[in-house]
Amino acid sequence: MANAAPDRGFLCRDCLNCGPVPAGARPRCTACGSPRSLIHPERDSLAIAHIDCDAFFAAVEKRENPALADRPVIIGGGRRGVVSTACYVARIHGVRSAMPMFKALEACPDAVVIRPRMALYAQVGRQVREMMRALTPLVEPLSIDEAFLDLGGTERLHGASPALTLARFARQVEEEVGISVSVGLSYNNFLAKIASDRDKPRGFSIIGRAEAQVYLAGQPVGILPGVGRVAQERLARAGIRRIGDIAGRSLPDLMRIAGNDAQRLAKLARGEDSRRVEPERAAKSVSNETTFDTDIAALEVLEPILWELAEKVARRLRAGGIAGRTVVLKLKTRDFRNRTRTVSGLAPTQLATRLYAAARRLLVAECDGTAFRLIGIGAADLVDGALADQGDLADSDVVREKSRETAIATLRERFGDTIVKRGISLRHATPPAAGGRRSDEGGEG
Amino acid sequence: MKVTVERAALLKALGHVHRVVERRNTIPILSNVLLRADDGGLRLKATDLDMEVTETIVADIAQPGATTVPAHVIYDIVRKLPEGAQISLEVSGDSTQMVLRSSRSRFNLQALPESDFPDIAAGELPHAFAVPPGDFKRLIEKTQFAISTEETRYYLNGIYLHAIDGDDGPVLRAVATDGHRLARIEVAAPEGTAGMPGVIVPRKAVAEILKLLEDSGDAVQVSLSPAKIRLDFGGVVLTSKLIDGTFPDYQRVIPAGNDKTLIVDRAEFARSVDRVSTISSERGRAVKLSLTDGRLTLTVNNPDSGSATEEIEVEYEAAALDIGFNARYLMDITGQLDGDTAILKLADPGSPTLIQDREGAAALYVLMPMRV
Repeated sequence: MANAAPDRGFLCRDCLNCGPVPAGARPRCTACGSPRSLIHPERDSLAIAHIDCDAFFAAVEKRENPALADRPVIIGGGRRGVVSTACYVARIHGVRSAMPMFKALEACPDAVVIRPRMALYAQVGRQVREMMRALTPLVEPLSIDEAFLDLGGTERLHGASPALTLARFARQVEEEVGISVSVGLSYNNFLAKIASDRDKPRGFSIIGRAEAQVYLAGQPVGILPGVGRVAQERLARAGIRRIGDIAGRSLPDLMRIAGNDAQRLAKLARGEDSRRVEPERAAKSVSNETTFDTDIAALEVLEPILWELAEKVARRLRAGGIAGRTVVLKLKTRDFRNRTRTVSGLAPTQLATRLYAAARRLLVAECDGTAFRLIGIGAADLVDGALADQGDLADSDVVREKSRETAIATLRERFGDTIVKRGISLRHATPPAAGGRRSDEGGEG
Repeated sequence: MKVTVERAALLKALGHVHRVVERRNTIPILSNVLLRADDGGLRLKATDLDMEVTETIVADIAQPGATTVPAHVIYDIVRKLPEGAQISLEVSGDSTQMVLRSSRSRFNLQALPESDFPDIAAGELPHAFAVPPGDFKRLIEKTQFAISTEETRYYLNGIYLHAIDGDDGPVLRAVATDGHRLARIEVAAPEGTAGMPGVIVPRKAVAEILKLLEDSGDAVQVSLSPAKIRLDFGGVVLTSKLIDGTFPDYQRVIPAGNDKTLIVDRAEFARSVDRVSTISSERGRAVKLSLTDGRLTLTVNNPDSGSATEEIEVEYEAAALDIGFNARYLMDITGQLDGDTAILKLADPGSPTLIQDREGAAALYVLMPMRV
């Protein structure tokens, strides 16, 4: 165990100076005077990190437009949309992610609302990810703006403990990218993630082996991965509210309450997590969805919307060199119930017409007068794009359709997306440019 | 209703009809077999709403009438009764139960009224013809394996039966494909097939027809409309709905210009494919056929378990060629061929291959290659 030597117990996150811990209840760096220190007995023996960008979308927008720096900024769209990200200024007013936009604006009337610019965020996200990969090959992205890193064995390479490497990284991101991150450092994934959440924004928090179980005991069960609202309610009915309550139960007892999940919860409550940091997790599905400004029940109105989403998914499949064998239709009803319908066992495809045809069949069965607020289409069960749309003895049309879609894609690349459109997408009552809908790029990792 | 029947006759008839009945049914009456006693004997009928099978057997009718009882239960009872037993079936009074007696055994079976039993056989079947039983068996047996199970292309979930002018006059032709392989068999067209619509016979009916053909020596009387087909095997009658869809234009995918001819000893070839494919862990792994002058090398590579290779002498004079096939499909097709030899007509590693037992044979198979 490479416990921090007593004379290097203090690590300054601003000037990266190391030295003995200065006296006082809130010691400041002797070199630069900053109070942002890292002092922890296990600091230099932990190697699993979770890095999360702070209010990512909002931070990128503030970087792009410095005039917004001190203003409350909300990323999200449309009258009917929800808050995707709120900057920390907006959060002071009570604005939260996933809050309906009208509520957010009630709470914070002078907020600047910005429609998400996904392409820009993706580009910044990639830049940050590349910087992570420079630290270790073991980077497991969880989303566009967060990732697990395993820095075990990188001490010699970086000439620094993982903690120092991460502090250096956080400073580097602020300087080079212009956004801030929060870091959690621990000995496994789930504690690292809990740690990064503890000290946001611009945080750096450490959970060591010695303290993990005691710390967890006092925390609500909701911070455990996979324990959502429903599970929380079920546990609460059995008197389990804090993680310590889980640790206090016998496993058979816990199985009666939590079923199959009991064993996993018991381990998490003890601070154990056997998941490793898995780099390069391939995408499991590619999907796009959109929320309507007003609810839609009519099939013929939903069809062109579904078609355009299918085209987007097809484009992303082509770009990623992958093909789907399963098509998923997602609908959300007026009263926020999700309906997910799936058709699988298809010949691998990346064609919009194929995706659309499969999803439309599913949609027809759902159009029973119910009004929907959201529609989405996804391709799953992904395989190598080289296997896509080969055609077979009973299907010779697909090859022609493939060359048709490829030709359209080439045209659009050269002349813009509006150069070619299928008849079906011209069926809108209002042209899409007039801003009928909000479009969310989907895509689960 | 009161009838007495021979166990053997009843067992055989129940054996024919009970298979149609699904093991799990949400509609209770569909679990039942209909028993109707009248002047003609005892008529049994079972249905799954897509198809029905009826059979009439000789019985001693003391009192005509009808009822329905659970098909699998009565079949199991009759099966377990001793050989040569006489069985009496009786429904009396309120008809909620049927009593089955045989020597010292007595069973009370829950019955449902005949009036609830669905009838799908109704409707006119304008086209009628008789097919020799051997012919019908060939048509079905040799194409059945290629029927698709893919639900999204429901129109491939059966055998496409149609009349067409072949090279040597009119033929009755059966075609099945799952997109990867295609089987096409034809027999001389019987009288009455001219003008019949092309129909797609669903796979469940196909399986039943094949079983019923095994017990029948007579010509099969076929009658059909665009929506239904009925086959009378002499005593047993199967009526099935047809798949409502358009079978793809299969003629286009039967290669005509494949110029590389490979002639193999059918049995030797099949055994070799079987042997080398042992190494592949999953079904559907590709076997590579490497062809050079007079020699065929079969190779299977499985990164997990190893590789296998085998050489056989063949007749092949065209340019060297490497082509991959699904080993399972190759064996399926060679298993259907009749003669001692198999002829494979190849074009290139990306194009369909034609397989027959001899040039111009009535049975023709097309197989898509796999990438190797």
